[in-house]
Amino acid sequence: MLANIDALLLARAQFGFTVAFHIVFPVFSIGLASYLMVLEGLWLATGRQVFIDLFRYWIKIFAIGFAMGVVSGLVMSYQFGTNWSVYADKTGPVLGPLMAYEVLSAFFLEAGFLGVMLFGMTKVGPRLHFLATLMVAIGTFFSAFWILSVNSWMQTPQGYATNPAGQFVPVDWWAIVFNPSFPYRLVHMVLAAYLTTALVVGAVGAWHLLRERTNEGARMMFSMAMWMLAVVAPLQILAGDAHGLNTLEHQPTKVMAMEGHFESHPDGAPLILFGLPDQEAGMVRYAVEVPKLSSLILKHGLNEPLKGLDSVPRENWPPVPVVFWSFRVMVSLGMLMLLLGGFSLLARYKGRLYEWAALHRFALAMGPAGFVAVVAGWITTEVGRQPFTVYGLLRTAESASPLQAPAVAASLTAFVLIYFAVFGMGILYILHLMAKSPHRGEHGIEPGAPIRTAGITPAPSVDPDRHLQPAE
Amino acid sequence: MLANIDLTVVWALIIAFAVFAYIVMDGFDLGIGILFPAFPPGIERDTAMNSIAPVWDGNETWLVLGGGGLFAVFPLAYAVIMPALYAPIIAMLLGLIFRGVAFEFRWRDPRHRALWDVAFTGGSVVAALAQGITLGALLQGIKVEGRAYAGGWWDWLTPFSLLVGLGIVVGYALLGATWLVMRTEGSLQDRARTFSLWLGAATVAVIAAVSAATPFLEGKYWERWFTMPSVLLTAQVPLLVAVASFLYFRLLRNGAERTPFLLALGLFLLSFVGLGISIFPDVVPGRITIWEAAAPHASQVFLLVGASVLIPVILAYTAYSYWVFRGKVDAAGYH
Repeated sequence: MLANIDALLLARAQFGFTVAFHIVFPVFSIGLASYLMVLEGLWLATGRQVFIDLFRYWIKIFAIGFAMGVVSGLVMSYQFGTNWSVYADKTGPVLGPLMAYEVLSAFFLEAGFLGVMLFGMTKVGPRLHFLATLMVAIGTFFSAFWILSVNSWMQTPQGYATNPAGQFVPVDWWAIVFNPSFPYRLVHMVLAAYLTTALVVGAVGAWHLLRERTNEGARMMFSMAMWMLAVVAPLQILAGDAHGLNTLEHQPTKVMAMEGHFESHPDGAPLILFGLPDQEAGMVRYAVEVPKLSSLILKHGLNEPLKGLDSVPRENWPPVPVVFWSFRVMVSLGMLMLLLGGFSLLARYKGRLYEWAALHRFALAMGPAGFVAVVAGWITTEVGRQPFTVYGLLRTAESASPLQAPAVAASLTAFVLIYFAVFGMGILYILHLMAKSPHRGEHGIEPGAPIRTAGITPAPSVDPDRHLQPAE
Repeated sequence: MLANIDLTVVWALIIAFAVFAYIVMDGFDLGIGILFPAFPPGIERDTAMNSIAPVWDGNETWLVLGGGGLFAVFPLAYAVIMPALYAPIIAMLLGLIFRGVAFEFRWRDPRHRALWDVAFTGGSVVAALAQGITLGALLQGIKVEGRAYAGGWWDWLTPFSLLVGLGIVVGYALLGATWLVMRTEGSLQDRARTFSLWLGAATVAVIAAVSAATPFLEGKYWERWFTMPSVLLTAQVPLLVAVASFLYFRLLRNGAERTPFLLALGLFLLSFVGLGISIFPDVVPGRITIWEAAAPHASQVFLLVGASVLIPVILAYTAYSYWVFRGKVDAAGYH
């Protein structure tokens, strides 16, 4: 029995590790693809050199980030079967087709348009090239659409029946795909992708502004990123609030854990700012709280009742401290993003956007904040779903493969070692590219380079007169 | 109209097609990875790499489609097979990751090229070996109770599965070598031709050994191969293997350039057909049939709508880009 628990914990650790590594790459790709689309669109509309320079600067980084997203995603597509076979058997009829649609559409996109986007500018001309960029941007969104639909169904399942073998079977595909939490999650996640990318672009701009204030490319990318942040950070807070209310409606236990509400509050629940949740004792120690504020936020009334975890059987509690803290990390970073956006507006108003070193240092420090917030938000929603894989219907302990602990321990070790080595190299390479300052007449991706991302390099992008260079 | 066709069989064929498409397309570039250390660093290695550079990546997506498709339309098979073959599957994934990035980092990081060359070969060998072991372990039968795998985590490791693993490594190397005979010239082509001869002999030997062992693994295999009247049909497979092998060696010695690669693919196709004869209509050989493992009709139809549009588009596109990259390649690239 103990061995089974260990194997389960190890399998969860492995899934958490591989997906946390994976999630940062697609988030960056979604945001960056849209940014590249905007840059190219602005270049086509205005003809200004700086836009195409920035496009070429960022596309090199995009290629590597996308490549790492693809290879780390390969692992995810098999892991449902290797480590979560009971889950796979039971949910396959409902979730399998959604994921297969993601594979088919992602493959189609990858083979069809990435190569043109990466290599094809001189061959197909700017307008067709812009179309390819547009398609890639839409494609990344499409990929997010399917996988978030899958994830949302696990949180708020509907449109299914159960067959005698214990499998979930589809009854209404529309209801399955557009399940109740899906629209909120999709908006929240796509905005998170934009914010994350804006923070990275802003940090790179800030880094170069700190060294060379007059660099036109650095100024432009910093300004664009700060606009994005100033607009999207408040929107994201609104979207997050709406998502939270949706969660309260469909997964109240998760909200109880996020809020640290062990006890029910029949006449107005306090907002616990900080404290140490104690799962065993069922209380938050050293709580710093604002009376009635939680009821105001969640129920829009000071004295509205809010139920606590004491209304839920203990075996259905998620691990409260993890959810409590990851939620606070996400929200705090969101507030800092709002602050940075506000700061940039102030600097802009004072005409010191490119000169105010404190702003640049702040932006630089916030560079990785989006990734941290995304992972924290993901932990909040996924750990908050525990102890179920399909909320309320299939327990995590009953989802795992019949594997022995040493097997999972060995694979987890291998994943950790290889991911850090391989993706560490890739991230170093991206940082290396970011450290170079943007300049006029920026080169695109070197011709002839074997780019992992390019899929099957499509014919129109290949210049018949250009020889593929040896791997020099 | 759909009601009259057994969609389960349609889907079994689609998944089989995806798996074979993967073997055809990723086989030769894994093979080049396996043979890589046999080529001297410099022009020959770079040329070998260049010959697969434009086409190699999209190939692996067929593997994702095979796995994803299995999850979608044969979830029970996916749920039984994956844990049973846990170690080889994980090893294959890690091998493919390593190999994939090595391909790119080798080019980006010339100072550590020797290291990335080792990673490229290591990843390719591990991926090929793991795929073969997976196949062998599946063929020799896995223990199932209820709807789950019931064996231990080393069950996959037997002399038979190792033999099949070795066979896949040798076979992929053969595909890689004959691909180079087709796509290159000069000293690299000569070297590849010599390899093709030895690897051809080794591949035929492994095919014979695996074929001889397989009918004894499982009573049903024996029945499917050797009962009248189906034996009249199944006997054609080994006959065709003999014909293809004969032609292969003859043409290779006569200096043919394209046909050896096509005949090597033919050997793979015949082995694949033989595999189909052994296991059809099971999806977990001897344990679970495709109908037992199939997802409900609604799932099959929903996915078939998308697959029947997207798979042909992907295929057409793939064919087109192979066509563009036809012809000889050298260190300076494609002509």
